[in-house]
Amino acid sequence: MEILEEKKNKNRKYTPILNRIREWPVYQLSKNRKEFVEEVAQRSFERIRELRPTRKQLIDELEATVYREQNRLKRNRWRVDPKDENRFWAAIKHELVELSASQDETSQKPEELAKRIVQRYAGEIAGNFKPNSYRVTRAIVKFWFTRLLNGARVKKFGAFFRNRYTLRDKIHIVGKVKMLRKLAKQGTVVMVPTHFSNLDSILIGWVIHSLGLPAFIYGAGLNLFNIKIFAYFMNSLGAYKVDRRKKNLPYLETLKMYSNLAIQKGAHSLFFPGGTRSRSGMIEKQLKLGLLSTAIEAQRNLYLENAGPEVRKIFIVPVTLNYHFVLEAPDLIEEYLQVKGQDRYFPEQEKYGSFQLIKFLFKFFTKGSSISVSIGAGLDVLGNYVDRDGQSLDANGRVIEPREYFISNGAVTVDKQREDEYTRMLSQKIVHEYHRINRVFASHVAAFVAFEMWQKKHPKLDLFSLLRLPEEELELEYEAFRDTFRRVRKQLYKLKEERKVNHATHLKGEIDLVIKRGLDNVGIFHLKRPLLRNKKGKIVTQDLSTLYYYHNRLVGYDLESLI
Amino acid sequence: MTSNPSSEKPAGVIGAGSFGTAIANIIALNRPVLLYARDAQAVERINRTRENRGQQLHDHVTATNSLEQLAQQCYVIFPMVPSQHFRAMMKKLSPHLHPYHILIHGTKGFDIQLPEGETLHSVATLSRARVKTMSEVIREESVVVRIGCLAGPNLARELAQRQPGATVVASHFKEVIQTGKRLLRNDRFQVYENADIVGVEIAGVLKNIIAIASGALSGLGYGENAKGLLISRGAVEMVYLGRALGGDTRAFLGVAGIGDLVTTCNSPMSRNFSVGYRLAKGESLAQILASMEEVAEGINTVQIAKKCADHYKVRALVTDRLYKVLFEGMTVEEALDFLMRFPLSADIDFI
Repeated sequence: MEILEEKKNKNRKYTPILNRIREWPVYQLSKNRKEFVEEVAQRSFERIRELRPTRKQLIDELEATVYREQNRLKRNRWRVDPKDENRFWAAIKHELVELSASQDETSQKPEELAKRIVQRYAGEIAGNFKPNSYRVTRAIVKFWFTRLLNGARVKKFGAFFRNRYTLRDKIHIVGKVKMLRKLAKQGTVVMVPTHFSNLDSILIGWVIHSLGLPAFIYGAGLNLFNIKIFAYFMNSLGAYKVDRRKKNLPYLETLKMYSNLAIQKGAHSLFFPGGTRSRSGMIEKQLKLGLLSTAIEAQRNLYLENAGPEVRKIFIVPVTLNYHFVLEAPDLIEEYLQVKGQDRYFPEQEKYGSFQLIKFLFKFFTKGSSISVSIGAGLDVLGNYVDRDGQSLDANGRVIEPREYFISNGAVTVDKQREDEYTRMLSQKIVHEYHRINRVFASHVAAFVAFEMWQKKHPKLDLFSLLRLPEEELELEYEAFRDTFRRVRKQLYKLKEERKVNHATHLKGEIDLVIKRGLDNVGIFHLKRPLLRNKKGKIVTQDLSTLYYYHNRLVGYDLESLI
Repeated sequence: MTSNPSSEKPAGVIGAGSFGTAIANIIALNRPVLLYARDAQAVERINRTRENRGQQLHDHVTATNSLEQLAQQCYVIFPMVPSQHFRAMMKKLSPHLHPYHILIHGTKGFDIQLPEGETLHSVATLSRARVKTMSEVIREESVVVRIGCLAGPNLARELAQRQPGATVVASHFKEVIQTGKRLLRNDRFQVYENADIVGVEIAGVLKNIIAIASGALSGLGYGENAKGLLISRGAVEMVYLGRALGGDTRAFLGVAGIGDLVTTCNSPMSRNFSVGYRLAKGESLAQILASMEEVAEGINTVQIAKKCADHYKVRALVTDRLYKVLFEGMTVEEALDFLMRFPLSADIDFI
């Protein structure tokens, strides 16, 4: 049995589930953008009033917000920031100072200021989906990707204009595709992918389109909008902006309200629940609960407002993105190692401008490195699996009614603490699913085995001392490496049978060929290769830290004991 | 307490042992109660005589033999069955449960699932994957997520006499704690809150070990110095074991930890205490078990805790010696002798 190449792609083209863009929920949302932003602002304001009920608390909150915002303006400005920011916050501050000087305890000034702030935030966050520019972007992406693929692969004059290869040959979509399409017709889908690279956003956008799904609304990091090429893509894909510099209460509440209301209105949504790219290369273990909680809140509100059985259901769909190569890996792991052990703020630095990105894309398309996207089974907002008809099932396959999770003494009730707990449970379930649907590549196994073997050779060294070893001193005999590789692979087969992990088809087959494929692909485009065979046939590394990054992908499966 | 008992749904209690009956009577002061007993004849007898396990039943308590009826009529259910039967009971109850149910259990024991062909005695060590608390069993076996537990110095006989007492209701959900409080609280019964449900459960289980040891000391005729020594060192051992099993230190210092520990160690009425007492008097484990009406959870707990301690490499001297006495023929005197000779230094090193 020799399956070295990825199985011939059975990925067919999927027909769109909603034909006309005008029927898409995201279009409906953007058509009424002004009203929607107004509604978000109003509801966020009400929420803030609930959280800060007294006048004094509200003023304190506003003062803290202004202080933080002015601090941000001084220290950390971005290209995308609006030009009038200084003026706006100076004016708010001025009015707050006046307010504290005046003796008038009854004026509605604090409320008015709070409203102005959330209105501004709601406007900043709101996406701007335009059907025309969506179509244009889609056409451009498709055209150039196809050109690149064919021009690079088929070395004949004129190949540039052929259509022999398409993006579907490069990106493999596996898992519960049919189910996802079905669920998107019946209810509202909230897709929650793992996050490893800035490229993820574009990749997922393409996946959604190629599965025939209407555009999803994104929570994309505002930092990405600094890169013009990204900004263009994302704006046209229906992205809303998440500014991670802003940690103040009015901003966070507005952001959550935006997501909450959009989901309630039936807009399929997507966010990266890890919050930021995984710095260590590990699959996310801790998710950010803020945005996740909006899915639960939206579902509860739908139940609260509709007593009948026909309530639109919200489905959570975990997705993992699997790469041989992550462009930013060396920098990510550097940051991770710097802050490991101390919970410090990550400065968002963008080293990759449009040019680097195009260069990467060119490399990506011209060399043989594929990406796979695993779609997980649909869940309800409590983390129960759903069947093809979207009905929630308990562990024994009995149909259950998610509404009942929100019922207390016979009626649907609002209980923030209860929902916080549900959010925690949901996030644990998503993490569990990530590990289950994670698709292991030969390169992941190679990186894992090599790093663990070196760690074992130096049992006295902690991680940091190990990483400081000069790379020249690290060598592995190929035979020993192969034996260990084989043991780990066997265990992965077993785990797959127990449905605890998934692996690419290329992991099967003759071991030397699989290892070669793995070695050839670990961090394939890095200047310094994390893993390779030298002339003497030994396994060596040029960059141990980056190898550690790729190794981390397989942490959490108890494979370490096999080394 | 201001609520009108007749206007609200009844609360359910599963298990008509002495503790279940006492809790049913306490809840009955606030709310009608359905009390489930497995045995149909017992149900008939309870409803006819209005008496169970030597306790007079409150007017608001009705016994039933149907789990289905109980689940249908009650939003809040208190399972109070011994840990060995807990999972089986949950399997029977589960088809009738819905996500709106609240379950607050009062069982102080572990559930274990052994690898095929092994017995609790033959298995070398036990990891947490095989040892579950009752709240974890409820999660595994049903759709219910709003789960709580109650633990504390709650000797059934004293509760039945309406002596002053207190309990802890622990849950991740405030809603569950408040519900538990509303149902249990009265002018003789105080209810404390704790969010660390696993810690509280573990504290309630592990104290049974120390209770047996305390009975043994008593059986040997030793006095209060020895008991003070045992209780304080026993508490430390509980903290270490408890932390290895996933509890937080604080739970062990509260009502469900120290509170329950002191009570059981001083109470000849408690079943675990009397096991130790009789061991010290020279009876064998088999003789003791043959003559007991209800289960002493501590005996199983000693086995489980010993194997967990071995797995997680926690030093648990009392547990370890007690295991040898119960199952390996060591005498109580030999065990005590070992403990008194063991070189130890630091008093408290976990805070």
